[in-house]
Amino acid sequence: MTKQMLKDNLLAYALLFPSLAFLAIFTFYPIIKVLDWSFYESVMSVKRFVGVDLYQQVFQDEVFLKVLRNNLLLAAVTVPISILLAMYMAVWVNDKMRGTSLIRAAFFYPTLLPMIAIANIWLFIYTPDYGLLDKFLGCFGLEGQSWLGDPKWVLISMMVMLIWKEAGYFMIFYLAGLQALPKEVYEAAALDGAKPFQRFRKLTFPLVMPTTLFVLIIATTNSFKLVDHLYIMTKGGPNNASNLLLYHIYETAFSFWDMGNASVLTVILLVILLAFSIIYYGVLDKRIHY
Amino acid sequence: MKKLSFLLIAFVLILSACGGGTSNNGGSGVNRAASTQNTSEASGGTENPPAEEPVELSFYFPVAVGGPITSFIDKLAADFHTENPSITIKPVYAGSYQDTMTKVVTAVQGGNSPDLAVLLSTELYSLLEINALEELTTRFEPVYFDGFYEAFMSNTKAGDQVWSVPFQRSTIVLYYNKDKFKAANLDPEQAPANWDELRDYAQKLTVKDGSGKVTQWGLEIPSTGYQYWMLQALALQTGTNIVSNDGKEVYLNKPEVKEALQFYVDLGRKDKVMPEGVLEWATVPSDFISGKTAMMFHTTGNLSKVKADASFDFGVAYLPANKTYGSPTGGGNLYVFKDIPEERKQAALKFIEFLTQPERVAQWSIDTGYVGTTPAAYETELLKKYVADFPQAAVARDQMEYASSELSTYQNGQITKLFNDNIQAALLGNMTVEEALDQSQQQADEILQKYRK
Amino acid sequence: MHRIINRIGIICLGLLFMIPLLWTAVTSVTPAENMLTRINPFAVQNPTFANYLEAWSTIPFPVYYRNTLLIVGGILGVQLLTATMAAYAFARLRFLGQSAMFILFLVQVMIPPDILIFPNYSIMKELHLIDTKWAIMIPYWASSFGVFLLRQSYKQIPYELDESSRVDGCRWWQTLWHIYLPSTIPTYVAFALISISTHWSNFMWPLIVTDSVANRPLTVGIAIFAQSFETGAQWGVVTAATLLVISPLLIAFFFFQKQFVESFMHAGIK
Repeated sequence: MTKQMLKDNLLAYALLFPSLAFLAIFTFYPIIKVLDWSFYESVMSVKRFVGVDLYQQVFQDEVFLKVLRNNLLLAAVTVPISILLAMYMAVWVNDKMRGTSLIRAAFFYPTLLPMIAIANIWLFIYTPDYGLLDKFLGCFGLEGQSWLGDPKWVLISMMVMLIWKEAGYFMIFYLAGLQALPKEVYEAAALDGAKPFQRFRKLTFPLVMPTTLFVLIIATTNSFKLVDHLYIMTKGGPNNASNLLLYHIYETAFSFWDMGNASVLTVILLVILLAFSIIYYGVLDKRIHY
Repeated sequence: MKKLSFLLIAFVLILSACGGGTSNNGGSGVNRAASTQNTSEASGGTENPPAEEPVELSFYFPVAVGGPITSFIDKLAADFHTENPSITIKPVYAGSYQDTMTKVVTAVQGGNSPDLAVLLSTELYSLLEINALEELTTRFEPVYFDGFYEAFMSNTKAGDQVWSVPFQRSTIVLYYNKDKFKAANLDPEQAPANWDELRDYAQKLTVKDGSGKVTQWGLEIPSTGYQYWMLQALALQTGTNIVSNDGKEVYLNKPEVKEALQFYVDLGRKDKVMPEGVLEWATVPSDFISGKTAMMFHTTGNLSKVKADASFDFGVAYLPANKTYGSPTGGGNLYVFKDIPEERKQAALKFIEFLTQPERVAQWSIDTGYVGTTPAAYETELLKKYVADFPQAAVARDQMEYASSELSTYQNGQITKLFNDNIQAALLGNMTVEEALDQSQQQADEILQKYRK
Repeated sequence: MHRIINRIGIICLGLLFMIPLLWTAVTSVTPAENMLTRINPFAVQNPTFANYLEAWSTIPFPVYYRNTLLIVGGILGVQLLTATMAAYAFARLRFLGQSAMFILFLVQVMIPPDILIFPNYSIMKELHLIDTKWAIMIPYWASSFGVFLLRQSYKQIPYELDESSRVDGCRWWQTLWHIYLPSTIPTYVAFALISISTHWSNFMWPLIVTDSVANRPLTVGIAIFAQSFETGAQWGVVTAATLLVISPLLIAFFFFQKQFVESFMHAGIK
């Protein structure tokens, strides 16, 4: 190894050290710790080694299965819809026309708002009878629903709210992605007389694939991360119909003080997130160039 | 893909190496934050003859009913400080009861115990389990405890030991809109006295418009957060309680409880006199105030809020009987914590005594609607006069005769949650009454099993 | 033709997206007694600021604003430092284990600290940092997202510039300061805005690690406030309080809107 290389190595690790230290303490160490704890039964103060018993119990627990199903369903619906919506919005606000920046702002501002604030607002929108949505439906003679009180509707109501919040964020990434696309290819396509939808499917869609990969990861992570609204809106109810994994972890850890189960749930959530990432990279890896 | 899996293995290896190293690093790497405790103003002692060291108490409290509760608490703290200049009370508003409990347990486990807190009387066993509480049995004279209503004292005790002092206590009462009664040709001075009347009245009070859409409901019984409490009331009226006195046994699937839940479910799903599905705890009073429902079951703690906001004449009555009258008590007690210096415990006890003086109890009851915790409070001029002008305020007190202690067990949070979930499932029609209660009993038994040895 | 249809569609969609905010603004100036009875939820009959006054007097806003500003600033400051250093290493240095390190950093994008609330709470307990602002900030002091963002734009700087400055005798930090920083300002702006809005909005973690008013950020304060005011008649106060919490973000956004969107685009995020 040359002296220069040694110097570069030392310098590189010195530069990485501060970030690595915080990553180690608040990402890697907790992951190991929580893995370890998940083999101990521990409620309130007593702690007892039980091996994988807790995992077995959790996978037979109806509440957990329901919460897991809710969360997967939420991800399966909100992630693709908000990404497609984001693409659509990005393609059509990617110009310098008058008023476009205002529309962009309209799409983007929900992203900035805290989930807590959004929950306060949407709680009132969804309130039966006096809420905005029911008032609006009333204009057309349609009957309102107990949006947050009915297990059929509550998850759908949450999905609509989340799509509203997230789509604008992803739109920004696509706007950035579109900027980088080669203009010449489009001009050529236009000369060939390609229809707009064709152009989108054949050109834009594949070309923004790297962006899509990045957005997919962020969107999936977010669909497991965003749970603040439950605190305000439903506390996971009715009968866990809107409960999500992270909120369930919060309840288990800080309301029931069941450390063992909270650890098991955290491990499961980590595995899910890692699995998603690996799948995305595996399937879409070819087009990504970091 | 091959490269990736290699990298992942490398990552796991590095990760475990990092993990070992940081556990030592962490402790010494970050400075211990200056503790906020014991930061008393040094200058305070020099002006007056230093009789006592200044003490500062953190006082956690929840808000579960409408009205400006926080400003009432702030005022009580300020008044106490005027009387006892050496003691400063720092009220910390921590959200709902559940949130406050979460905060308190988090703080206790973090070695940062609060000094004093208002928590649900039912959290007793959970707090005992983490050894958080200071025992109060010998801290007060026995005659002091005798001054409270017996039904309230029962939730403060585990066996013979007293662990808390009744503070904002409540029961469930029936609120009804007298104007709507008149409109339905019902006697506004005669509330329904039993379940049959309740159903019958509710039917008469349910109003539909031309298209068959309900514009006014007969009755609302809330079903979020506290549905276990509502069901317990219905079970008590049917002649059984659902919990033992030691917090280790629950009786959730007795025939009486099934009858009670069936009634609760039928009101919405069969009789159609109550909105179907889940009714938000906090919007039920709004519905009552705005006239969307003619009657409601709710905590007496909302009495003053309803009184202030309702633009119509309303009545308050005992909950209708099935076989007997009945309602569980509810609400919060004052708890003193163990892991704090003795002088702060003394100060906390002093503050408790201050809060439970008859005039203060009377004022608190008037401000909020909570039941006065002592008969002495009802003997004060203040409350006598108030009750004379507003007889509704005496109903909850009189109902105390039929009151029993609220559901309180070990692992209370978890038991309450599973019971609540199953009740909602029954109300929503996802489970039959039988299934919901049998499942509740079975799940609760699994959790409580280990405490029964 | 399709252009017009899509243009109209996008405008309608934009209006739809604005409705919650407009409605919140209208509700916040509606007197409490009109709240449940008003027919048209967008009509303002007797506008009033009473809701704002009540919100301001019930919630200790000055303390919460200060806390949130301190937390947001404390996080961003350290993040900029750590991310700049790491990004430079990844963008311009060749070192052993580079890809492994890259994957390590990637883990945080997939598993953000928000997911690890439970173990991180225990760590804070061990560090005796519960109920401090440090506890809210420290877990976010390393930002892989920031590292990737900056690395991406550093890479777009021609390597020759870097080399020539080295030839001129500049040390690496001088190069960083004189060449990299000035030419990547848009990226820094974009990252700063994202970081600020993320941590302004953070709720669950501060809720868990703070107990007292002195350390609570705005989000926790307003959530706890809203808990006691859920009933319909209080909509005015809650929406007023909500707007007080989000208005700094909205104002900053509308002020920097153009710069923000453009800097994002120029950051060349892929």
